[in-house]
Amino acid sequence: MSNAGRTRIREHPVLGPLAEAPECTIIVDSQPLTARVGEPVLAALLANGIHVVRRSEKRNEPRGLFCGIGLCTDCMVTVNGLPNTRSCVTLVEPGMVIGTRKVEP
Amino acid sequence: MKRTEVPDVLVVGGGPAGMAAAIVASEYGAKVRIVDENAWLGGQLVKQTHKFFGSARHYAGSRGIDICARLVKEAEERDVEVMLDSPVVGVFDGLVIVAERQERLAAMRPGCTILATGAGENAIAFPGWTLPGVMTAGAAQTFVNVHRIRIGHRAVVAGSGNVGLIVAYQLEQVGINVAAIVEAMPSIGGWGVHAAKVRKLGIPILTGHTIAEARGTEHVESVTIQRVDKAFRPVSGTEEILEADIVCLAVGMNSRTRLAEMAGCTLMHVPALGGKVPVHSAGMETSIPGFFVAGDISGIEEASTAIEEGRLAGLSAARTLEAVSGVEYEERRSAYIEALAELRSGPFGLARREAKEEVVKSHERRYA
Repeated sequence: MSNAGRTRIREHPVLGPLAEAPECTIIVDSQPLTARVGEPVLAALLANGIHVVRRSEKRNEPRGLFCGIGLCTDCMVTVNGLPNTRSCVTLVEPGMVIGTRKVEP
Repeated sequence: MKRTEVPDVLVVGGGPAGMAAAIVASEYGAKVRIVDENAWLGGQLVKQTHKFFGSARHYAGSRGIDICARLVKEAEERDVEVMLDSPVVGVFDGLVIVAERQERLAAMRPGCTILATGAGENAIAFPGWTLPGVMTAGAAQTFVNVHRIRIGHRAVVAGSGNVGLIVAYQLEQVGINVAAIVEAMPSIGGWGVHAAKVRKLGIPILTGHTIAEARGTEHVESVTIQRVDKAFRPVSGTEEILEADIVCLAVGMNSRTRLAEMAGCTLMHVPALGGKVPVHSAGMETSIPGFFVAGDISGIEEASTAIEEGRLAGLSAARTLEAVSGVEYEERRSAYIEALAELRSGPFGLARREAKEEVVKSHERRYA
C-alpha cells in the first residue's frame, strides 16, 4: 500500500473545518517545508509525507509516531540544534530547523 | 502571568481530575495553581470527540471536548492559576520541583499537593511492532482529532475495550478504513453501545485473535492476524494477512505513578485498576499527609470518574487547609462518594468499585 497522501483532515464530521492557523516555513534536513504555526513538529512532518523521523542507533530501523503525547520518546528529532527533542510535543515556530536522525549504515 | 509565591494547593496535571480538583479547592478561597507539562489544559479530554454516558451530573450526552471547555472556563472564572509547559520533575521530602515553562526550576512547598498525572498506554510487542504505522490508540486519536492528520488509509485495531471501539469509530469518521478489531479475549471488552456502533459500520470484531506480525520496510504495509487458543497461544495455520498501513494498540493503560513514588507514597498492585496505584483514603489522601491523588493515577477508570475524584480531592485539600467547615465538608464528601459509587455500578463498574474499596481499606489499616 502506498504511504503517499498523508494529508490534513480539512473537514471533520464532528469538529467541522480545520481551524485557521498561520503557515510558516520550517527547514527539515535542509529542505524547506510548509507547516502550521503551533502544531507539533511531528504533525508537520506527517503532513509533508515524512513518517520516518529517526532511525534506531543499533539496527538502523525506522521510527515514527508511537504514543503522540511525549511519553515514549520514539519520535525524537533535532530542533534548532538541540538533539533528542520529542517531535510530538514540540510546537512549530517559523524558521525552525529540524533534523531527522539518520544513522549511516 | 499572575504569580502567587507558593500556592495553598498545587495540582499536578490539568486533565479532568486536576481541573475538577482545582475548581473545588478554589471555591473555598484556596490559592490554587495547576501545573501541566503540556501546552494546553484538558489532558486527554481534548481528543474525546464522542458523547459521554451516565447521568446529567456526569455530563451525559456531552462530548469530551465540550466538557473540557466547560472545565477550563470554570477554572478561569475561579482564578485558578495555570502554568503550562511546566513539567514537575521531582518531589523530594514534600518539596515539589517544577520546570517552569521548561526554562527555570522552581522548588515549592505547597499547603497541599494533588497529583492528577493520568495514565500512559500499554503496548503489546510482536515482530514489526516498532515500524512506523504501529502506534497506540491514543496516538491515533490525538493526531486525527487534535492535530487533524490523516495518519493512514487502513487500520487494524488491537483491543476491543472502549478505547479500541471508540478509536475504530473515529478513524472511520474521517475516512480511514478499519480492516478489523482483534481481541485476544473470547468476548468484547467494551460497552455494547460502542460495539454496536462499530458493527453498524461493518467493522469485524474478531475475538480470540491477536496480531502475529506487522510487515513493511519503512512503514507498515500488511498485518498478519492469528487465532489464539484458550491459553492465548497462537494457533498455527490460522494466520490471515490484512492489507493495512496502521496498527492501533488499545490494550489498556497504566497509572503514571512516578511522582507519587518519588514523593514516597505507598503503592499497591491492583490488577482491576491497571497495575500499581498509590494507596489512598476514601477522600483521596495518599500515605503522605497533604498529598492527594485523583483520576487515572489512582486507578484506570473513565473521565467522569476522574472528575468526581478530582472534586473529592479538592474538597479534602480544602479541609486539610481548614478552609471548609466540618458540616459542609461532610455533606459534600458524602455526595461525591455517592456519585462515585453510582459510576462504579453495573457489570463494568463493580470490579473497579471492589478494587477501590480494597485500596481504601489498605489505607485505613495502615494510615488512619
